[in-house]
Formats: sequence, structure tokens, C-alpha cells
Amino acid sequence: MSPILFELLLRSIWETVLMTAASGLISLVFGLPLGLALIATERGGIAESLWVNRALGAVINGFRSVPFIILLVALIPVTRLIVGTSIGTWAAIVPLSIAATPYYARIAEVSLREVDHGLIEAARAMGGNRWTIIREVLVPEALPGIVAGFTVTLVTLIGASAMAGAIGAGGLGDLAIRYGYQRFETSVMIAVVIVLIILVCGIQWVGDRLVARLDRRG
Amino acid sequence: MNQHTIASGDTADPTHARPEAPQDVVRLVDLKRRFGVTAALDGVSLTVRKGEILGIIGRSGAGKSTLIRCLNGLERPDSGDVFIEGREISRLGERDLQPLRRRIGMIFQHFNLLSAKTVEDNVALPLKIEGRPKAERLKRAAELLDLVGLSEKAKAYPASLSGGQKQRVGIARALAARPALLLSDEATSALDPETTRSILALLKDINRQLGLTILLITHEMEVIRSIADRVAVIDAGRIVEQGPVWSVFADPRSDITRSLLGAIRPQLPAELAARLLPTAGAETILRVDVAGEAASGPLLSDLATAVPGAFRLVHGGIDHIQQQPVGTLFLSVPGSDASHLTEIITFLKARQARVEVLGHVANPV
Repeated sequence: MSPILFELLLRSIWETVLMTAASGLISLVFGLPLGLALIATERGGIAESLWVNRALGAVINGFRSVPFIILLVALIPVTRLIVGTSIGTWAAIVPLSIAATPYYARIAEVSLREVDHGLIEAARAMGGNRWTIIREVLVPEALPGIVAGFTVTLVTLIGASAMAGAIGAGGLGDLAIRYGYQRFETSVMIAVVIVLIILVCGIQWVGDRLVARLDRRG
Repeated sequence: MNQHTIASGDTADPTHARPEAPQDVVRLVDLKRRFGVTAALDGVSLTVRKGEILGIIGRSGAGKSTLIRCLNGLERPDSGDVFIEGREISRLGERDLQPLRRRIGMIFQHFNLLSAKTVEDNVALPLKIEGRPKAERLKRAAELLDLVGLSEKAKAYPASLSGGQKQRVGIARALAARPALLLSDEATSALDPETTRSILALLKDINRQLGLTILLITHEMEVIRSIADRVAVIDAGRIVEQGPVWSVFADPRSDITRSLLGAIRPQLPAELAARLLPTAGAETILRVDVAGEAASGPLLSDLATAVPGAFRLVHGGIDHIQQQPVGTLFLSVPGSDASHLTEIITFLKARQARVEVLGHVANPV
């Protein structure tokens, strides 16, 4: 592999890591409260409101049902509004975050729903308010699942970021298509695949270690 | 409603007529709660006095869980009043209930400990909710863990504890905010008999040492027998019987009470019961229930002296409940001489025993 290609590879790794980390963080910041809102507003939840629950569910399902490549293009005006441009790595972070947030909200919802209802009842019996229940019961008890779900989201984002090449965001997927596939640079293709495997395995390994450390359920 | 009047102070209906008595921690008036077509509570009136242990017993689905949850507002009655320390709470909003719930500790069948928190953080949680400083919370948690005998487990996580230890942590947590009332929701139902005994002994100790009022629900008469002062029997959402434990044990009025008592009271051996005939046979089997003086005196030897002729004891025993002897004896009276039998029954009844002719057998042994 030529030094130029090697430099391209390094840049692509950075772009993929940047896109994955930034949109992952944003999906965590917005997806977890969204997951909590879904659990809280459902029937028998701590802030039951079926109307809100249905509305949230519909919006989440709507975003989740649009294929990412279409979302990427459809969100161009929004991206331009937020980032100021519709091309480049930072521009890709907007559609990636918007796609990952409802995805992560559903994953967080599943983990939060698994928290034993008896624990919520115990916190209520102690005189705890909703905030107490969220802070002391729901989030800490669901934390292993919340972290495991975040790991899954990050790995999914690495895959989705490959499509971001379509709007000039760069990244490993883009490199593999343009050099590895279109220019028959097999060495680039192999290098990209190896780097992706290492990235995915690394994220999964860190995630699993963290979950094992957090999980006190015996 | 079938009220026992044997004990002093247990008036015909303590919950309605009486003016608000300061010693009542809980007073329920005509509570009703329906779930769809079934009435979980169908007019429950009940009083829990300061410092007592009141046991509510019933089969599953009798309404006990709904009842206990009405006391801290986890469940709301459709109608009726719930007075806690003289204050009506059933129509309070969630926000107003929160400070009140801190006056009421609760322990659960499945412990409901937070798995992500250490034992001491679990115990300290009610104080954290109250907004107490950390140093005070940990000091109080240490005191309580000492009280329940788990000081060395302060930094452990609940998953590493046995069922009995988990319930001890649950008890410590329920006591953290110095409640006026402890609610126990089937607290020993998930535990083995030996652990159950030690948890019940702990609850009794706490009741004695701290003067803490306890209301417990259970489906096991053994639990009532070992620690309750008074018992209320609930069936199909109604209190069918209540009174001091020993008097209800000695003289159960309702079928449901008798059936719940069946497991721990002497029963006619099945082999003998199978051979009982309604028509006269060689021997007559009597069931004699005794309590108080009748059970502590020399009843059988007096009977033998007073009424000439044979009888024999086929089964039975005397138990002590709340320091009161309560017993059931099964006597077999031979012969077809009806007057002999009548004499025996008359003598026993004069001694305050309850006598029931169960039937006749050809050969009792």
C-alpha cells in the first residue's frame, strides 16, 4: 500500500470514529430520556399518559422505518440548518444521530422495562417521587442493559456510517467502496475490513467488560 | 361480620361507633375496591392499635394485598376511608402521600432490594429520599444492620445474600426512617421454615423493643400463631372474623378460619375419619375444643371421676398461644348407652369445652 493510501486509511479511520462517537453520544443523550419517557408514560407507568406514549411511539417508529440512505438525503435541509453545510463528516453526524436516537430509545426501553416492578413499588412505598424512581431505581437497575444496548448501537453506527460516503462524509466504508471496490485496490479493501473488525471487536469487548462490572444481579 | 368478644376491649364494632382514639395507628372504614367484576375489598373496617401486631390472613385472592396497599396509598379504594394516625389519606395526591409514606415502612415477599446498590446503600435509601446528609445515612444504616445482625455485609451486594439475609436487609431498610407503622406483605412466604422462624422472631423483637406497630398479611396460620397479637380473617374482600389470636384459634367461627387453622390444629386421623359413620356404631367419636381454664385444669381426670364408665383419648393435644392453653381432644366413648354419652357431653360443656359428635365407628383402634 502506498504512503498516500495509508494516509487516506488513517483519515478514514478518524472520520469513522468521529461519526460513530459523536452520533453515538447524541443518541445516548436523547435516546435514554426517550426510552424513559416511553416506559414512564405506558399503562401502569410512573407518569402514565397513553396519549403521549402513542405519539412518541409513532414518531419513533416513523423514523425507524425509513431506510438510512433515504434519511441521509431527506434530512439534507435539516443538516444544513444545524451544521451550515450538507456535505462532509460533520454533516453526516446529523442524520446518523437522528437515525440512532430512536433505535437506541427502543433498546433502552427494553432494558428499562425489565426492571422488576416490585422495586418501583418499594421506592414508592419509601416515599420516593418519580425523579427518585428514575435516578435510584430505573437507571441503576437497567444500567447493564443500557450499556450493552449502547454497545450494539455503536456497532450499528459503524455500519451505517459507511453509507455516509454518499454525502461526502468520508469514513472507512467510503474508502472501501471508492478505492477497494471501484479501483480494484484489494489491499485497501482488506485493510479496511481488518480495521473494521478490530473496531467492532474493540467496542464489543469494552462494552462487555463494562456490563460485567456493572451487573450485580449475581 | 363475626366478632369475637372474649377479650377485653374488643367491642362489637370498634371501627364505627368509637370516637377517634389516639392509640389507633390505622383505622379503615368500609373500604371498597373493585377490579372489573370482582370485589377485592367489599366493605372492610379494621383498626390497628399502637404497639400491636395485627395479622391479616386469607387465601390468595382474598383481598389482602389490595388491603395492605391501601394503607400507604399504593392502591386507592373506590370508597371508604383510610385513617393513618388520625389523618384520612385515601384521597391525597401522590405528592402529599410521599411524606406520609416515610412514616410507614414496608417489607415484601420478594424483598425488593435494589441489586445495583450495596446492602448499606439499600438500607440508607429511605433517608436519601428524605434528603438526609450522607454521614447520617451511613451511621443509621450501620445501626440498623447491627440490629438485624448483618453488620459484616454492609458493603456486599444483595445477590450474594441468602433469602433470610435479604429479608433482614428489607426489614432494616423499612425501619431506616423510623416509621410509626410497619407493613409486612407476605414477608416470610418465600422463605424456608427455619428462616421464617428467625425472621418472625426478629419482627417480634422489633415490635417489643421499639414498640413498633406491625400489620402483616399472610396465608400461613403459623405466622399468625407465632407473632400476632390479634388476627383478622379476610375472605372474598370481607373481614369474616377477628379477635385475639388465642381466642380465634380456640373458637373459630367461620369455615374459612377453620380451614386455614386445619394445617396447624390437631385433626382426626384420616384413617379414622374415613371410617366414620353417621349412624350409631360401637363407639362414638367426640371432638372437644378447650381453651383457657378448661385446657389448663385436670379436665380428663375430673371427667373420669365424675362420670363412671369408659372413654378413651384417640388423638389431640394442647398448644400454647399467647400464653393461653388452647387444645383439641378427640375422645372415643364406647357402648350404645345414650345416657352415658349425654353425661359426658354435659360435663364437658359445663367446663366451657365445645363438644361436637363427629360420628360413630365400629372399632376405633
